[in-house]
Amino acid sequence: MSNAIGNFASGLDDRLTIASWSRRNIRKVFPEHWSFMFGEMALYAFITVLLSGIYLTLFFKPSMTEVLYDGSYVPLKGVHMSEAYASTLDISFDVRGGLLLRQIHHWAALLFVAAMSVHLVRVFVTGAFRKPREINWMIGLGLLMMGFLAGFSGYSLPDDLLSGTGLRIAEGIMLSIPVIGTYLSFFLFDGEFPGDEFISRLYGIHILLIPGVILALITAHLLIVWYQKHTQYPGKGKTNDNVVGYPVMPIYAAKAGGFFFVVFGVIVAIAGVITINPIWGYGPYMPDQITAGSQPDWYMGWLEGALRIMPNWETVAWGHTISWNVFIPAAVLMGIVFTLLGAYPWLERWATPGDQTKDHNLLDRPRNAPTRTALATGSLTFYFLMLIAGGNDIIASQLDMSINAITWVVRIGIFVIPPFVFWITRRICLSLQRKDRDLLLHGVETGTMMRLPHGEFEEVHAPLSEEAKAVILSKETIEPIPYPEKTDANGVKTPHYHLKKMQAAVSHWLYRDAVPLPSAAELEAAEHHILESAEKGAPVMHQMRQLEAEGGVMHDPSAAEADRAAGVTVPHLDAEFDQKAEDEKGQQAD
Amino acid sequence: MKSLATQRRKPVAALVLVVLVLSLIGALYAAVGSATKVQAVDAPNSAEQIALGEKLFVQSCSSCHGIGGVGTDEAPSLVGAGEASADFQLSTGRMPLTAEQAQAQERTPVFSDEEIMAISKYVGSLGAGPSNPTASQLEYENADLALGGELFRTNCSQCHNFAGEGGALSNGKYAPNIRNASPLQIWQAMITGPENMPVFSDQTMSDSDKQAIIKFVNHLDNEPSFGGWDGGSLGPVSEGLTVFLLVIGLLIGAAVWIGAKVR
Repeated sequence: MSNAIGNFASGLDDRLTIASWSRRNIRKVFPEHWSFMFGEMALYAFITVLLSGIYLTLFFKPSMTEVLYDGSYVPLKGVHMSEAYASTLDISFDVRGGLLLRQIHHWAALLFVAAMSVHLVRVFVTGAFRKPREINWMIGLGLLMMGFLAGFSGYSLPDDLLSGTGLRIAEGIMLSIPVIGTYLSFFLFDGEFPGDEFISRLYGIHILLIPGVILALITAHLLIVWYQKHTQYPGKGKTNDNVVGYPVMPIYAAKAGGFFFVVFGVIVAIAGVITINPIWGYGPYMPDQITAGSQPDWYMGWLEGALRIMPNWETVAWGHTISWNVFIPAAVLMGIVFTLLGAYPWLERWATPGDQTKDHNLLDRPRNAPTRTALATGSLTFYFLMLIAGGNDIIASQLDMSINAITWVVRIGIFVIPPFVFWITRRICLSLQRKDRDLLLHGVETGTMMRLPHGEFEEVHAPLSEEAKAVILSKETIEPIPYPEKTDANGVKTPHYHLKKMQAAVSHWLYRDAVPLPSAAELEAAEHHILESAEKGAPVMHQMRQLEAEGGVMHDPSAAEADRAAGVTVPHLDAEFDQKAEDEKGQQAD
Repeated sequence: MKSLATQRRKPVAALVLVVLVLSLIGALYAAVGSATKVQAVDAPNSAEQIALGEKLFVQSCSSCHGIGGVGTDEAPSLVGAGEASADFQLSTGRMPLTAEQAQAQERTPVFSDEEIMAISKYVGSLGAGPSNPTASQLEYENADLALGGELFRTNCSQCHNFAGEGGALSNGKYAPNIRNASPLQIWQAMITGPENMPVFSDQTMSDSDKQAIIKFVNHLDNEPSFGGWDGGSLGPVSEGLTVFLLVIGLLIGAAVWIGAKVR
């Protein structure tokens, strides 16, 4: 029997010749850290979106044909609505499991974009985008943008009041684009908004085009991760040229497979107990209706916020109105943000001295790249302020605040608070670097005070663990690119002087102020010094641990009295101190 | 009877007695409570009532609204404000004003039902204005629920939100949560337009339309939350918060757990 299987297997391999390939690849090692799971979280959320979406396509009718509702939801019986909205009501109330699947689809979609966003922040602050991974960084940005589009198109499909309101804003954004805006809007909506074509057009985009592009990008993203190998955090035995972790089979596959079920389970549990997008409450879309608290899903919230705080600027030129009040916050801002994100890895590389532009497989600790980390926190602050502005009416009504006050705080805040956060993050990062340097030079403060026989108090310092030392020593000392000379010694002008000056300026901005690691000599001296302190403290530490184990307290005088009365001694310590006292006596006698 | 005599000394008897008495009080209260409500609407205009109302008005309202409700620099004239307006402001506790704020806050009424009725009648007697609806006008049970929903979404939801949860207006003003408003209060608000609310007079909105809206608002509060907890029916803002605080939070917990070294 086993022979038959063996024959079958070797016969199969003769034809497919994959045995050696898979032998190599199922043993591929992946490093492990909880923060590496965000990408996986996004992937599993996407799979959940895909599967639940397929179920929804069985019942959703992407048509704007007007129908009279005659389903189970009584408050809308006999109301005129589009077939798209009516079929979404049917999914919610008349299709078995429909409401749960709708809620799974929507929660999973929100999680998909949320997990991608957190993943982006993680990759940014740890410098995982550096060479050779710049291209994968850009594929990731493409995925994020596709996530926005997938979410927004899905939000618009049910044709409820919120969908229509969102589409109306999207139409307004299109119209704000100078010259081509009107054409674009008429082209997409097949005439005036809302028309009767848009839902069916959007449907194809939502269920075919966007998921197709996302799947293709995910495949590329994962293949590149596989091929380039995953980055890892610094630690003992971890270098730029190895990967320390677990093999895919059996450990990592089990962990990843398990995590899929956790993600799926959490989504289903939330979808089972918390309502999302109660379209029956919003009612069918009518262009003359609106509800207070109309908001986009969270990932569009920052653009909504930008729209809400933008002053009402318009110019009329040659009989045409240019709506800066819509065009700048909704179209230009998004363009700027994604351009900066896409350009950042190349910019940082450009401003990094030549010897540091090698491949980086070891991640940066955020503190060791203070400017980059500060850029992240500053940008996030900007983003959250925008989000706050996007929800200003909800915040105002829930917290009894004035919506105008919130708007003005954010209007001024987006120029003041992010720079402040940038500055303070940089200072914190540099302080942490200084703390690391202190740890290397002086060891870990144990918090144990030791009184020496002659009365001096001293804190016992313990040596740093090998792991902690490796982590701190992983820091690369980077000297910024020096400013160029205008002319060289022979008076020849430096080519591209101004560009080089700019490069040096950016480089200084990124890398100045770094706290250097101690030199090898300093480290050796420190090690000796720490060991000495630890040795001196060892008996005390030992005695303390022994006392703790017995439930005693070292600094409790009455306990010490009692111990002495009972004849309890800590022999080697007492002996050592007795010895010392005798030595001193001897010295005095001499 | 013999069995009762033996049972009445058991400890459980006290409990049964308490439950019985409480139910009786509850039933009485419900009966009396609803009776006073009907009375408040149907009571006839009596000179006595108006005189009481005037006395209370002079004591508690005239410092701002002036003697005779003619208005001062502090507060508008109430001549022509109408009985319904005074009744709404007093019965929702908005008047007398606690403090000068962006708008009057809802609270427990300061006056008793009888006093509110008296003051309302007095304000109504100052000049022609909207009066309280009759009991038959407030019978909304046969109104068209779907029509009410459409009217609500066209006229009300832009400020009060699709689920009647309320929303923000400019400079700290707000449209209140109306899910617990009584049919009488909804009617009064529509015909008097308190605070920033527009007036939906009999000319713009017929009695049957008003009844439909009341039926819809009443339905909002009684409808089960179909998809689970409704998160305050605040729309995508609370959904986004849930994703970050709850879902991502739980999953980070799971990721740390999965990534934890086996000890």
